[in-house]
Amino acid sequence: MLYGKKRVVNTIIRYVILIVVGIIMIYPLLWMISATFKSNNEIFSGIGLIPKKVTFDGYKNAMKSYGGDINIFKSMLNTYSYVIPKVIFTVFSSVVTAYGFSRFEFKGRNFLFAVLISTLFLPQVVLNVPQYVLYNQFGWIDSKYYLPLIVPTIFASDTYFVFMLIQFMRNISKEMEEAAKIDGCNTVQILIRIICPMLKPAMVSCALFQFMWSSNDFMGPLLYVKTPSRYPASIFVKLSMDADTGFDWNRVLAVSLISIIPSLVVFFLSQNSFVEGITAGSVKG
Amino acid sequence: MAKKTSSAAVQAHPAGYRLKKTFKRNIGFFFILPWLVGFLIFRLYPFISSLIYSFTDFQLFDGVTKVGFMNYKEIFTSKKIMKAFGVTFKYAFITVPLKLIISLFIAYILNFKIKGVNLFRTAYYIPSILGGSVAIAVLWKAVFRDDGLLNTALAFIGIKGPQWLSDPSYALFIICLLRVWQFGSAMVIFLAALKGIPLDLYEAAAIDGAGRGRQFFSITLPLITPVVFYNLVTQLCQAFQEFNGPYIITQGGPRNSTTLISLLIYNSAFKTYEMGMASAMAWLLFIVLTVFTAIAFISQKYWVYYSDDEGR
Repeated sequence: MLYGKKRVVNTIIRYVILIVVGIIMIYPLLWMISATFKSNNEIFSGIGLIPKKVTFDGYKNAMKSYGGDINIFKSMLNTYSYVIPKVIFTVFSSVVTAYGFSRFEFKGRNFLFAVLISTLFLPQVVLNVPQYVLYNQFGWIDSKYYLPLIVPTIFASDTYFVFMLIQFMRNISKEMEEAAKIDGCNTVQILIRIICPMLKPAMVSCALFQFMWSSNDFMGPLLYVKTPSRYPASIFVKLSMDADTGFDWNRVLAVSLISIIPSLVVFFLSQNSFVEGITAGSVKG
Repeated sequence: MAKKTSSAAVQAHPAGYRLKKTFKRNIGFFFILPWLVGFLIFRLYPFISSLIYSFTDFQLFDGVTKVGFMNYKEIFTSKKIMKAFGVTFKYAFITVPLKLIISLFIAYILNFKIKGVNLFRTAYYIPSILGGSVAIAVLWKAVFRDDGLLNTALAFIGIKGPQWLSDPSYALFIICLLRVWQFGSAMVIFLAALKGIPLDLYEAAAIDGAGRGRQFFSITLPLITPVVFYNLVTQLCQAFQEFNGPYIITQGGPRNSTTLISLLIYNSAFKTYEMGMASAMAWLLFIVLTVFTAIAFISQKYWVYYSDDEGR
């Protein structure tokens, strides 16, 4: 009896903790959404979520262009014009590299694999300066096609994804590949016809993470994009905050919210892939 | 003439055959070749050149005029830079343990039979997905500004909240909170590890009279140490390089209380184009980070338990 009572209390405590923490996590986001519909006088006058008087001024003003060159939608278009190539190149190059490492023996394989793993610990902050100098020599700074952001991904530069895919490939049985080899498939055909279909969930995870990280990326565009009409959303949001702090908060928050809507939609459509991907990179390692 | 050609063909055949064989044997190399090329151009070359820059006064537009240890000397004598290193340490030592403890704690609770696990998991995970974005940094500013959401809420219960972002004693903590708020990804990893622990271990322990606390410290924690290790190392790497939060929310202020070293590196590299100085600071940060990662790796054998079948 006493045991049962204690159990009930424990369960209640657990739910209370989970709900309180959950509210702390989500409330700022919900408040942000509601604030975009409030008037600037109302935003900081209370903590409630329901606007006393719904206004669309924030959104109306959010559409305004910045110096005539760029507005929120154009900046988002800019963002995805490099995010999407990055995602495609990353998945492609990472799968090919992971395939090479996980399915073949060749001279120097172990050494190169150690190099690959060590790049996981190579902090970007050490590379920023010389990379900038290098891209400057290439004439890539402020490139119309966002070359400094895109080109490295053609070469599987984000080794985290290669590592993640290798972890997934380890769990794929090699029987099918052997059977395909006997049937006369060459190595490329095996990759395309056998491995890729089985690796699909992992590839989706890679694509999703690269999508999120690249969309959120601020440092990259900050260094390499200089012309206002080419600014991506991350820079545009920062600029609109700097320009307006103090009075136009519904506009600033509306701009911010619009900029993360694609990420939110993608997240809600594909939550489980995120969870699968993030755990595959760690637990089996 | 004809004879010569045919003998050449005979000779060429084994050579070509051998080449083909070597190609076939090392075909895997061709799959990783693009990565290797990219590594050499975009990783190794910059990595080495930044070390070289760090011993020069390289200026993007003026080039190099002096070579030597002057950058490092300046770093160790400059109060501003040393303070930035101090702030970076503080930032890492606040965020990493807090994030690990909270994420493990929440994962531990979620691992009980909880109704709506997925709903909670989603709620906790969203901030990690969006947290790195500028939009969230903007939101953070709106929440913690002098008359922001938090102080409005505090005023509601009769407390006059401090000036979170303009008071040097609070600003860094608010920047830390932004990272701790993103504990979801670490939590998801912990949760997966917790789910992997066989239930019969707990049953056996319960029969032996071990309570919940004892079970946690004697079974759960040891078994998930590999994941604790993984989270620790990845979080350390990220924390030491944090840039977006302080750059967007406080610009390093007030009174440099949130000037992390990455901000100084950015300023000297891309505001004044002192590439040499920036490289020296970056290398020092890299060395610090390497030391901590090395400590984690070496200490592994004392506290990380790998089960036999995984033992690598």
